[in-house]
Amino acid sequence: MSLFDFFFPKRPATASIAKERLQIVLAHERAGRDSPDFLPRLQRELLAVVTKYVAVHEDMIRVNLGKAGSASVLEINIEMPAGAGSKAKAKAVPA
Amino acid sequence: MAKVIVVTSGKGGVGKTTTSAAFAAGLALRGHKTVVIDFDVGLRNLDLVMGCERRVVFDFINVINGDANLNQALIRDKRIDNLYIFPTSQTRDKEALKRDGVDRVMAELKKDFDYIICDSPAGIEHGALTALYHADAAVIVTNPEVSSVRDSDRIIGILASKSRRAEKREKPVEEHLLLTRYSPDRVQKGEMLSVEDVKEILSVPLLGIIPESETVLKASNTGMPVILDPGSPAGRAYEDAVARFVGEQREMRFQLPERRGFLRGWFGRAAS
Repeated sequence: MSLFDFFFPKRPATASIAKERLQIVLAHERAGRDSPDFLPRLQRELLAVVTKYVAVHEDMIRVNLGKAGSASVLEINIEMPAGAGSKAKAKAVPA
Repeated sequence: MAKVIVVTSGKGGVGKTTTSAAFAAGLALRGHKTVVIDFDVGLRNLDLVMGCERRVVFDFINVINGDANLNQALIRDKRIDNLYIFPTSQTRDKEALKRDGVDRVMAELKKDFDYIICDSPAGIEHGALTALYHADAAVIVTNPEVSSVRDSDRIIGILASKSRRAEKREKPVEEHLLLTRYSPDRVQKGEMLSVEDVKEILSVPLLGIIPESETVLKASNTGMPVILDPGSPAGRAYEDAVARFVGEQREMRFQLPERRGFLRGWFGRAAS
């Protein structure tokens, strides 16, 4: 670091930070804007069904409506807790 | 055929009323019969900015309720021919802008005027939705600042889903971005989002750049649309924006810092 830099430190251009933050938050908000109203309810009902068999948390289930070419794709992601397979089986047997 | 223009932003304090006043005055100066309507029920201010606050007798809500007719409520501007101001009411009843009443008033205005400018309140509540509902074109007033850009994006989404044109599946509302309170100096220092940044983020065609200017406050102090001040950079920028709106080509001014003379530049820097 030169003596000049020491006395006049370069500050990061805050405008570029603003731009980056806006691009991220708006990409997120625009995706949410186009999704139909039933998604949160679908997510809750799916969660209720899945928790009957596997102990999953609310934040372990994700429902998204995306696009692949001209078709709409309903994507459901359920994250299973470690060792859930055996528990699921055990619970399912008596039923 | 009348054209309805909504001046909107989502965020408050970015310059919607200043822009509505300047735009209406600019269009009227070009010979178009223009009316500017205040949709901010309960927080009336267009009358002050236009300098006709002492001439308000009847308002938008009186006309909607049938207590007065349009001609009684419209205020003719004393400086500019063809320009009329339609003030709103100071009532606290937020639902006073009844849908069918507003439809009726708009239909009546459309018969008589070339341009109808709707000065929207801030927010995304009833007043703002009513202001944008009839729009054929939207002027989206945005400051180069994160909260304003985000709220503009939100209002752009609402224009595309909640306007009459969207509901009837007609041609979408024409969108125009107006960047206000722009400081080329600060952009050059990397302290402020640039025109290009905002255009890229919002992807709406740019109608104009209004530079940050002391003359805007001075104009509103005296109740004069800033476009009538020939010495004001903001006024000249509004004049350009109105010209572009009606299809003229104008160079995009005020993007770069003003070139200062050698001495002024040197002394200016030394003094700051």
